[in-house]
Amino acid sequence: MELTRRDAVAALAAVGATGGVALAARRTSDGPGAGGDAADGGEGGDSLPDEAVVRASMTAVATVLYPSEIDGVEAFVGGFLDGRLDGSTHAEGVRAAVGELDAAARSWHGAPVADLTERDRDRLLREVGADTAAEDPDGTLAERVRYYVVNELLLGLYASPTGGELVGLENPQGHPGGTESYRRGPR
Amino acid sequence: MSAGDARGGGTDREAVRDIDRSPVANADVCVVGAGPAGALVADRLAADREIVVLDAGPRFDPADRLARQERAIRPSYDRPDVWGGGGERDAYSNAGERFYPLNHARVKGVGGSTLHWQGMVMRLHEDDFASETARGVGADWPIDYADLRPYYAEAERELGVAGASDNPYAPPREEPHPMPAFEPSYSDSLFAEACEELGIDMHSVPNARNSEPYDDRSACVGYGTCQPVCPAGAKYDATVHAERAEERGATVIDRAPVQRLEHDADRVTAAVYATPDGEEHRQAADAFVVACGGVETPRLLLLSESDDYPDGLANSSGTVGKFFMDHLFAGVGGTLDEPTRQNHVGFYTSACDQFYDEADAQTAPFKLEFFNYAGPSPVEMALTGDDWGDALLERLRDGYGTHVAMGGLVEQLPRSDSYVTLDSDRTDGHGNPVPEIHWRVGDRALRTVERANEIQRSVLEELGAEIEWVAGPDATGPAYHHMGTTRMSDDPEAGVVDADCRTHDLDNCWIASSSVFPTGGAMNPTLTIAALALRVADDVERRF
Ligand SMILES: Cc1cc2nc3c(=O)[nH]c(=O)nc-3n(C[C@H](O)[C@H](O)[C@H](O)COP(=O)(O)OP(=O)(O)OC[C@H]3O[C@@H](n4cnc5c(N)ncnc54)[C@H](O)[C@@H]3O)c2cc1C
Ligand code: SF4
Repeated sequence: MELTRRDAVAALAAVGATGGVALAARRTSDGPGAGGDAADGGEGGDSLPDEAVVRASMTAVATVLYPSEIDGVEAFVGGFLDGRLDGSTHAEGVRAAVGELDAAARSWHGAPVADLTERDRDRLLREVGADTAAEDPDGTLAERVRYYVVNELLLGLYASPTGGELVGLENPQGHPGGTESYRRGPR
Repeated sequence: MSAGDARGGGTDREAVRDIDRSPVANADVCVVGAGPAGALVADRLAADREIVVLDAGPRFDPADRLARQERAIRPSYDRPDVWGGGGERDAYSNAGERFYPLNHARVKGVGGSTLHWQGMVMRLHEDDFASETARGVGADWPIDYADLRPYYAEAERELGVAGASDNPYAPPREEPHPMPAFEPSYSDSLFAEACEELGIDMHSVPNARNSEPYDDRSACVGYGTCQPVCPAGAKYDATVHAERAEERGATVIDRAPVQRLEHDADRVTAAVYATPDGEEHRQAADAFVVACGGVETPRLLLLSESDDYPDGLANSSGTVGKFFMDHLFAGVGGTLDEPTRQNHVGFYTSACDQFYDEADAQTAPFKLEFFNYAGPSPVEMALTGDDWGDALLERLRDGYGTHVAMGGLVEQLPRSDSYVTLDSDRTDGHGNPVPEIHWRVGDRALRTVERANEIQRSVLEELGAEIEWVAGPDATGPAYHHMGTTRMSDDPEAGVVDADCRTHDLDNCWIASSSVFPTGGAMNPTLTIAALALRVADDVERRF
């Protein structure tokens, strides 16, 4: 099944994007694209990775998280992140968690996330503990990677109509898919 | 949940210090609480009176609703987190036979608990107003269905109710619902075959949810997260009336928890409220309407004790806080060997009231519901578990798709050993004793849960379902409808308010809430709360 940028737009309509959805105050200095300069933010005071690294890493992780029958992951994740990497503290959390995951990739596997083989990316996520961790935006590295990276990407996919359709639910929770689908029988 | 994430952390953006929360001069009516009860009273009176509404919680920004929806889906947030509930402000304790999860059962803020509610809105049946006479147990209300009937019709117009007249068991009505009912779901059609075989009638169910655009609000677009948040505004919530009241000139002050009602022997004189800057203010008014929900209403009266009222304001009868009731949930669920198409929308479209009026001293009234959201939601499943990729998809495909379930609500009787009081050992952020809940339900209700289960089980068995869970007498829980704690009675010795919902003790104080219900019936309470609120507004208008 092919994912498109239109699916990304649908996913954003479901879970929210730029335009005032964040619940805490925005940082005025931290607009979209302003990746690398947030030296005061981030977990552990590390500087945040730049936009290209965040996007490449998230796309690389998505290829592991998304089922193999899905194509078009790059365009989908790109479109999804266009909305999610706004100026919010949530976006900052995504950047910080990607930065830490990337640092782990370099020290344990000798290369950034995006350059690892799919098998090593899968291993890395498990080594970090993101498979068994419960998501928590304020938790351990494992819990933060689960929240900001793994679940961020799974939420994007499975709240979108294409992701729902994979499971047999073309109007998943979070997607405003109208009031006809609930009346239709199975196809 | 701490403030670590923009989508989950902070509460609201508005700058606390920039908002004027000072009292309104020359107020005619002060309404305490901006849920549906308070907001409807305020809206109704605002055109001709100076109205001020004080609410303990914040004014939520509508732009945040998608982010709240994300909290509803993400596993790291509890239900109370969605609308910023819990913490010091909302502390409570339990000391009864059964645990009562109060902060799952309410929202504080402009709009009140309807921000979170499901939006099912039925009228009580005629016998519900005469339980003692008709069924031999419970108490009669001092008003009957006929008294409330015109107000029910008005409440349906105010909330915007989608419904049909195909329910032979519903009480008489004079006009169609304001909007057509939602069509039955695919799974309703599966249930219909089984029910026909068993002689069980199915019919539509009234929803406070737009089946078409209504009152400048969108039609339902199928987000499917109605409970706890509708991002489209298609589900009614009381911000509708709070905002309309403001357009008509009322003043709504948020984050203004009323600490106590000042009074003399027969009148309330002022509501003393706290503001986020740490100040306390006094809102004087000619009349007061207390609309704080079924737990905070008796609490506020108890907190307002004085030499005149040593056991709590308006409590000469000793019944403030007594007779705490909720509806009990009864349900059965399982799986079929075919697709059932669940979780597209977050509300149900068919019900069965056939057994409701068979109630007597032994068996309580109960109603049955056919779910459209049985089983897990795949997106929520995807966010938990230690798999991803193809293994996750396989788990989702196995886990989603064939579930069916029925629910139902059962009446519990009012009992004096089921009550809300103050916990003298524990205080909230303002130093006031927190509510202490003693919840008890009784055998009639538990027997009836079992009876509802029998019918539910027979329907699922007829469908060929493999039954996976039963919410029976041991596993039942509350439906989050707090009732009974300032009951209505003609006799000042036996109740807190009279038939007009005005307190027996104080001439200028009304209560708009399910706390005035002498009995609960088994229908969701809010349409009745709304009807009573409109009636309260008329009575205030007549007298002031
Ligand atoms: C999950 C859930 C699902 C529900 N589903 C349904 C349903 O399908 N159908 C139905 O009929 N009902 C349903 N309900 C119940 C429904 O929400 C309530 O019956 C209804 O909101 C009660 O209205 P109210 O105005 O009396 O109280 P509330 O809506 O609770 O509002 C009370 C307001 O008073 C304020 N307040 C409290 N104390 C003070 C104080 N001291 N000073 C100032 N303000 C104060 C609070 O902040 C709050 O905003 C549901 C409830 C929940 C939680
Ligand atoms: S399904 Fe519920 S949440 Fe979704 S639009 Fe309709 S009313 Fe709102």
